Amino acid sequence: MLAYILRRLLYAIPILIGVNLITFALFFIVNTPDDMARMQLGVKRVTPEAIAAWKAERGYDKPLFLNAEASGAAVVSDTIFFAQSARMFVGDFGRAEDGRDIAREISSRMGPSLAIALPTFVLGLLVTISLALLLAFFRATALDFWGVVLCVALMSVSGLFYIIGGQFLISKLWKLVPISGYAGGLDAWKFLILPVLIGVVSGIGSSTRWYRTIFLEEIGKDYVRTARAKGLAETVILFRHVLRNALIPILTGVVAVIPLLFMGSLLTESFFGVPGLGSYTIDAINAQDFAVVRAMVFIGSVLYIVGLLLTDLSYALVDPRIRFDR
Amino acid sequence: MSALPFLPVLLWSDVLVWLMAIAALLLGIASTRQPQLAAAWRRVGRSRPGMASATLVLVFVVVGLLDSLHYRPLLPAAPDAPAAPAAYAVETLSLLDSIAEPLRTRNEKTYSAPLATRAFAKETREERAADGSVRQVRDFPRLRYGGAHLGDADGTSDASSASAGPAADDGTQTATARPRLSEADRDIDITRRAGSALAAALALWALLLLAATSLLARREAVPLAEASRRLWRGETVFAWKAVLLTLAAVFIVAAPLLALCADYHVFGTDKVGQDVFYQVLKSVRTALVIGLVTTLTTLPLAIFFGLAAGYFRGWVDDLIQYLYTTLNSIPGVLLIAAAVLMMQVLIDTHPQWFSTAAERADMRLLALCFILGMTSWTGLCRVLRGETLKLRELEFVQAAQSFGVADLRIIARHILPNVMHIVVIALVMDFSSLVLAEAVLSYVGIGVDPTMISFGTMINNARLELAREPMVWWSLAAAFTFMFALVLAANLLADAVRDAFDARLAGSS
Repeated sequence: MLAYILRRLLYAIPILIGVNLITFALFFIVNTPDDMARMQLGVKRVTPEAIAAWKAERGYDKPLFLNAEASGAAVVSDTIFFAQSARMFVGDFGRAEDGRDIAREISSRMGPSLAIALPTFVLGLLVTISLALLLAFFRATALDFWGVVLCVALMSVSGLFYIIGGQFLISKLWKLVPISGYAGGLDAWKFLILPVLIGVVSGIGSSTRWYRTIFLEEIGKDYVRTARAKGLAETVILFRHVLRNALIPILTGVVAVIPLLFMGSLLTESFFGVPGLGSYTIDAINAQDFAVVRAMVFIGSVLYIVGLLLTDLSYALVDPRIRFDR
Repeated sequence: MSALPFLPVLLWSDVLVWLMAIAALLLGIASTRQPQLAAAWRRVGRSRPGMASATLVLVFVVVGLLDSLHYRPLLPAAPDAPAAPAAYAVETLSLLDSIAEPLRTRNEKTYSAPLATRAFAKETREERAADGSVRQVRDFPRLRYGGAHLGDADGTSDASSASAGPAADDGTQTATARPRLSEADRDIDITRRAGSALAAALALWALLLLAATSLLARREAVPLAEASRRLWRGETVFAWKAVLLTLAAVFIVAAPLLALCADYHVFGTDKVGQDVFYQVLKSVRTALVIGLVTTLTTLPLAIFFGLAAGYFRGWVDDLIQYLYTTLNSIPGVLLIAAAVLMMQVLIDTHPQWFSTAAERADMRLLALCFILGMTSWTGLCRVLRGETLKLRELEFVQAAQSFGVADLRIIARHILPNVMHIVVIALVMDFSSLVLAEAVLSYVGIGVDPTMISFGTMINNARLELAREPMVWWSLAAAFTFMFALVLAANLLADAVRDAFDARLAGSS
C-alpha cells in the first residue's frame, strides 16, 4: 500500500513538470515579457526604460531556458523558467501586481472559499442522491418520466440564471438574506445560505440524472434479481443492496472533486462578493495579473493530482477486489 | 462598369460554420449507405422528443446560417466625384442584418419596455405654451421608432418634438395634425397585426400539414384520410406528428414577433437603446459557432490520439496518456482563462493583423473555440482509447493483422467505423455544454469579444438590471428564454441520438 502511494506520488512529478511547461509556454512564449509589460504599464507610460524596469523587478529579464552567459549550474538555474517554476514547488508564488504576497493572499482566502464549497458539496450530494433514489424507486412511472424531464430542463438553464434568479427572488423580493457580501466568523451564516442553496439547486439537474442512471444500471444486475427471487421487499433491495453498491461509483467519482473545493467557485464568489479564491482569480483575470493566474493554475493542478490519488485510494478502500501489487 | 452592390466578406468562422453544415449533410447522406448507421438514424427519426427538438435546433441553425453570410455594403458615391472607384463600408454586415435592417438601425436612446411606445424613464422637457411662456414638463418621452406609425403622442407642435419625430421625412409635418396616441390605439394595433400574422402562419402550417400528409400517403400507398389518421396517431416511421406540432409552436411564437418587430421593439430595448430581439437573433450564431467549431478542433485530436494510443499501445500509449493527464490536470476554467488572457495580449499587441473590427472579434471567437477544443478533447480521447484497446483484440482485427494489412489501413477501415457512434454521441452531447460555457466565460471576461453579441455578453450587460427600481427584466428574460430553448432542444436531441446509437451497440453485442 505504501509502495503504491509512493509510486503514485512519483508519477505526479512528471505531470507537474508538464503542467509547468504548458503554463510557462502560455505565459512567456506566446507573448514575450515585453508584450506583458506593455499591457500592464498601459499605453501612456511605455518607454523602453519602464519596460526594462518592469521586467527587472519581476526577474523577467533573464533568458527563457538557457543562460549562455552564466557558468556551471547557473546555465539552467538563472533563467526565467527555472526561477519562475522551481519556487512554485516550495509554495513561493512571488508578488501580485499590487505588491502583495500571493501565497499569503491564497492562504487567507481559502477559508471563505471552503465555507461555501464544502456545504454546497455535501448538501448537494445528499439531495441529488436522495432524488435519484426516489426516481429509481418509482422507475418507469409518470413520476420518473417527469422527474427526468425536469432534470433535463434544469440542466438547460445557465448557471448565471440560477444565481441572478436566486438573488432576485430571495434577497430582493423576499428580503430574507443579504444579496451579497461576506463576514468572518459566525456571522458568515447569513451570507452563506444563499450561495449554498443556489449551488445545490443548480447541480440538481445533471447529478440526479447521472446518479439515476447508475442506480438503474445496478438494479438491472443479477444479484438484485436474486434478492427479489428470495422475496425481499423492493425498499429493502433498494436501500440495502442497490444503494450500497451504487455508492461505490458515485463516491469514488466524487472524491476527485474534493481537493478542488479549495479553489472555490468563480461564478458564485464573484456574484456574491465573497473574498475567496474564485473571486481572487476573477479579479486577477480582469486586472491581467499574470503571476496570480499562473499561481492559481499551478495550485489547481496540484489539487487535481491529489484528487486522482485519493480516487485510486478510495477505490482500493471500498472495493476489496482491487489490489496494489500489480 | 458598375460595381457590385456589396463586397462579400469571408470571415473564418463563416467558412468553418458552412463547412460544418455541409459536412454534416454529406455525413448524413453517406451514413444512409451504412446499414447500421442508417438504422440508428432511423431510430432518431422515430423518437418524438428527438424530432421535436431537432426541428427547433434546425430553426436556430437557419438563423445562425443566415447570420454567417457576411458582406460590406457599397457606400453611396460621393456627389462631387461620381467616377471614383466604388467604396465599401467598413462595417461588416450579414444577410440576417440586411433582413432585419429595421431592428439593427432603429435604436432608441435607452431602455424601453417590450412593445412600448414611450420610454421607460421620465425625462424633463421644455414645453412652449400658446402664450409663449416656457414650462418644464416631466414625462415619459415618446420613442423614436417604437410604434412610430401610430403617430405622435404629444400633440404639441414645438420644434423639439418635431425634430425628434418618428422619421426624418416626417419631421417637417407638424405633430398637431396627427391624432393623439392612446394606449388603446396601440393595443388594438398590436392585436390586429398579431392576429393577421397568426392567421397567415396557421394557413402556412395547414399547407405544410397537407404536404406532409400527402407525402405520407404517397409513400405508404394509402388514401389521404388514412395517412392523416396514421400521422395523428403517431403510427408513422418518421415522427411527423412531433415535427408538425413543434413547427406549429414555432409559428405561433414567431409569427406575431415577426409581424410586430418592424414597428415595435418586441422585446424592448437595452441600456444603449438597441433592440433586444435583434441581439437575441445575433446571439444564436455566436452560440452555434462556439458549439460547432469547437468540436471541429476536438474531433481530430481526440480521434487521432485516442486511436493511436489504443492501437499501438507501448510507448505511444504512455506518451499520449501522459499528454492528456497533464492537460487534464489543469482545471479547465483556469487553463481557458490563462490561454484567453494570453490570446488577448497577442491580439492587442498585433492590431495590424486585422483590417476590420468584425474580423478581430471573429478571430477572437475562433481562438476561443480553439482553446475550448484544446481543453476538452481529453475526455473523448480517453473513451476512444479504451474502446480501441477492446476492439484491437477482436477477431476481425487480428485477422487483418495476420493478413499483413498495414496498421493505418486497419485503423481506418476496421477500427474507426466501429467507434463512430461514440464520436457522434460525444459531438451532440458537447454542444449544449459549450453553449452554456460560453455564457459563463463571457461573464467572467474571458469569453467572446465584448463587441460581439452573444448570450453571455447580453447577460453580462443586463445582470444589474433586476436591481434597478423599477426593474428592467426584458433583456434577461429574452436571453434566458432563447438560450433555454436552444440548450433544452440540444439536450433532448443529444439524448435521442445517444439512445439510438447506444441501442445499436446493445443490439450488436
